[in-house]
Amino acid sequence: MDQTTLVARLEAVVGPTGVFHRPADLLVYEYDGSVDGAVDTARPAAVVLPTSAEQVAAVVRIANEAELPVVARGAGTGLSGGAVAQRGGIIVSLSRMDRILDVDRDDRTALVEPGVINLELSEHTLPGGHFFAPDPSSQKACTIGGNVAENAGGPHCLKYGVTTNHVLGLEVVLPDGRIVWLGGRAAHTPGYDLTAALVGSEGMLGIVTKALVRLTPAPEATLVLLAAFGDIDGASQAVSSVIAAGVLPAALEMMDALTIQAVEPAYHAGYPLDAGAVLLIELDGATDEVRETGEEVAALCAAAGATAVRAATAKAERDLLWKGRKMALAAMGRLAPNYYLHDTVVPRSKLPITLRRVGEVAREFDIPIANVFHAGDGNLHPLMLFDRRERGAVERVLAASNELLHFCVSPEIGGALSGEHGIGTEKRDHITLVYTADDLAAMAGVKNAFDPRLTFNPEKLFPKGYMCGEVRALRAQALAQKHGIYAF
Amino acid sequence: MAVAVEADLVQIGGLRGYGGDDQPDPDLLRACVHCGMCLPSCPTYRLTGQEMSSPRGRLWMMKAVGDGRLDLLDPAFDEQMYQCLNCRACEAVCPSGVHYGPLVEAARQQLETHRPRPLPQRVARRVGIAWLFRDARRMRAAVAALRFYQRSGLAAVVRRAGIPRRLGLADLEAMMPPVSRRALVPGEERWVPAHPERSVALFNTCMMGTVFADTNRAAARVLAHNGSAVDVPVGQQCCGALAVHAGMMDEARDLARTNIDAFEASGDDHVVVTAAGCGAALKEYGHLLKDDPAYAGRAERFSARVRDVSEELGAVGGGLVPPTRPVRRRVTYQEPCHLAHAQRITIQPRMLLAAIPGLELVEMRESSLCCGSAGIYNLIRRAMADELGDRKAGNALATGAETVVTANPGCAMQLRTSIRRAGGGADVRHVVDLLDEAYGGEAAGRAGSWACDRARTKSDAVPAAAD
Repeated sequence: MDQTTLVARLEAVVGPTGVFHRPADLLVYEYDGSVDGAVDTARPAAVVLPTSAEQVAAVVRIANEAELPVVARGAGTGLSGGAVAQRGGIIVSLSRMDRILDVDRDDRTALVEPGVINLELSEHTLPGGHFFAPDPSSQKACTIGGNVAENAGGPHCLKYGVTTNHVLGLEVVLPDGRIVWLGGRAAHTPGYDLTAALVGSEGMLGIVTKALVRLTPAPEATLVLLAAFGDIDGASQAVSSVIAAGVLPAALEMMDALTIQAVEPAYHAGYPLDAGAVLLIELDGATDEVRETGEEVAALCAAAGATAVRAATAKAERDLLWKGRKMALAAMGRLAPNYYLHDTVVPRSKLPITLRRVGEVAREFDIPIANVFHAGDGNLHPLMLFDRRERGAVERVLAASNELLHFCVSPEIGGALSGEHGIGTEKRDHITLVYTADDLAAMAGVKNAFDPRLTFNPEKLFPKGYMCGEVRALRAQALAQKHGIYAF
Repeated sequence: MAVAVEADLVQIGGLRGYGGDDQPDPDLLRACVHCGMCLPSCPTYRLTGQEMSSPRGRLWMMKAVGDGRLDLLDPAFDEQMYQCLNCRACEAVCPSGVHYGPLVEAARQQLETHRPRPLPQRVARRVGIAWLFRDARRMRAAVAALRFYQRSGLAAVVRRAGIPRRLGLADLEAMMPPVSRRALVPGEERWVPAHPERSVALFNTCMMGTVFADTNRAAARVLAHNGSAVDVPVGQQCCGALAVHAGMMDEARDLARTNIDAFEASGDDHVVVTAAGCGAALKEYGHLLKDDPAYAGRAERFSARVRDVSEELGAVGGGLVPPTRPVRRRVTYQEPCHLAHAQRITIQPRMLLAAIPGLELVEMRESSLCCGSAGIYNLIRRAMADELGDRKAGNALATGAETVVTANPGCAMQLRTSIRRAGGGADVRHVVDLLDEAYGGEAAGRAGSWACDRARTKSDAVPAAAD
């Protein structure tokens, strides 16, 4: 199908204002929030902005006819290249499907379109006493559809769980253009949990066109403690003792000195500029319980060597403390023009040794590394700061990254590659560090069941070159079985 | 002509890049890490959902032109640089502190230099921006004519004949609020408190000194009530914001130099501004004139003296004199972009309103989303401006407010039109209008709180409205 025919066909579905194909327009769809240098930019053949599931389905069918890949895109805030059309094709941007269709207070659910902004769903439901618990740091901009695709986490997933724990059902357009409902209002659905298969599928199995999500009752009281420490070791120690004491904070976050230097001038959140590390600990629940636990946690921090502990209960004050944390990543532009962010998860007990290794790698490769992360669940976000114009900088960062990733997933540490940002193109070649050939084959089998022609979001998750060979083998096997030939 | 103009463009791989002065600063551009946090704050992105209409998309385009990946004169680039309202909402939320305003203004300057506009547009821009606003006397004469038109019955006749519509001026005509009776002429009026504690210089903008002159007087009375002697220095002109936003940097710099000269005579007094758009522009003179050796330092010092009126009142020593006369009214506050985003002033106007007895302030949804006014944007890009205006009117009227309060003349006019189009009856006032009312207006002067000295120096004077 030539470009003119393609555009005409797409315009027939979504109208002329819903299709973009001029080079200058496509230029701004060649990136997402992921980092320069770690993810290559790539330009799609066309961008379509549908307004209904039926339109999405029709666009997918046209793409199939034209044999073009399809890449779903929300707000494009992702950090692993998930919304970049690596092999061109059609980007389906869901930004115009942004309605909150229904809020059911009795069932504590909300039915939303994929383009609804995460924070705006909570703002919409909070006056009635509910909120949407997953709160990635990009929640001010990122969309529910993207949260589902990446199984987004956030500071509060320590207590409340990640996106998959909050999705009850999904309306999905499958790679063959069918519209199906997975899951639903009932607490339990029999058979395979296909809803869960879609959550975290990185746009490779289907495009979410409606999501039925769980709403969480807002806690009676919330307290945020800011604890300052002389160094990272002391802060790590405090994390261990808080968890060991059986406290389950709503969130438990750590920021090191370099991060504080980026954030404090931007937001004046009140982080002490002379601290080696700070912890943000949020407690929520019944008023009395929060107060008592707050005192206990403050004492534990002091015992671990905290130089100061500050408590914030007023919303404005809490919000300010959180703002500094949530904007930390994007504020790195103040320290260096480029950064490379990792997302490894290690067991909490391995935090101190891992952070020490991060410090060593920073020195060995001469790259400043800022640490800002979800300490409560061991989800590290080492941020490597660099200037890509500097000769060899990108290579050094990639070498240092490799070193760190290998360390985190080594048997000694037993960590995982990614906590919440997804694999995308960014970490696809590292996935073999944590998965065996059999693991990958099992995942390829799932992919093949949903998308045998590999048209949805190609070049993601699986290592470069993997899918062609593997899926062809699976397809051959299926054909052989169909014809009664058992090749294996 | 066009050939000569294009000759100084930098060509990379057959694409035309930036050339000459006022290029978007590559270092400012590099601060953008395309994280996307700006998207929901951007009015044009909210309406369209398309990435090129987002701050991140526009910055990426500017970068692409600099890198030789996009032609400066590509129509899509032109379209986006001017679809932007320059409301600066993205700047206020940007975690990396990208200075978006100066970047889009430089990009527009590049377009204006290298892409000549059709003759009628050139004439309109010269007459409107470089001639009419250039000279306060011309502006006053024009507004006096407008008042005559509104009050003489001529308006009704002309409107019935459909003349404004035929001339394409219907929007402008409908937007005009009733014009203040008497223009405020620099040097002619001075307010002196009973116990002066400081003195300030009032910036008398093109709109605030004419159409909204009574609001500027209200500001002066409120300031005087709080212990400031208020002068309106002679020689001041338009702030140049319209020229900056239209990419006419040379005109803007001329105006800036004129104003700096005019206000240097008043020493270190704060320059108090009642129009958020002008305040933002005045605070950026330092940046505007940074390459002018004779004015760079003076511009920095001037900008440091500029205060929005709510900022000035929010910081008066000993706190605001409590207003005593109740203003029994439900109001909602619409944040001018150039106050909330460009100047980051959000608390003070609300504090001033909260200080008024009897007044009930109800927050509207999206109070900091642009209303669509954006300088002259609502005149040249009707569809987008109307859509934003409708959205704003809807949010404002949903509060049940009888009065919508704002702090910028452009917003006031846009709100007025939008509310009327939505069938609402709410009126539109400036923060200081209500505060003045709560102080008793002119009556406070008669009670001895301050005195107004009508000096009648004729230096800068022209007969105001024929009345």
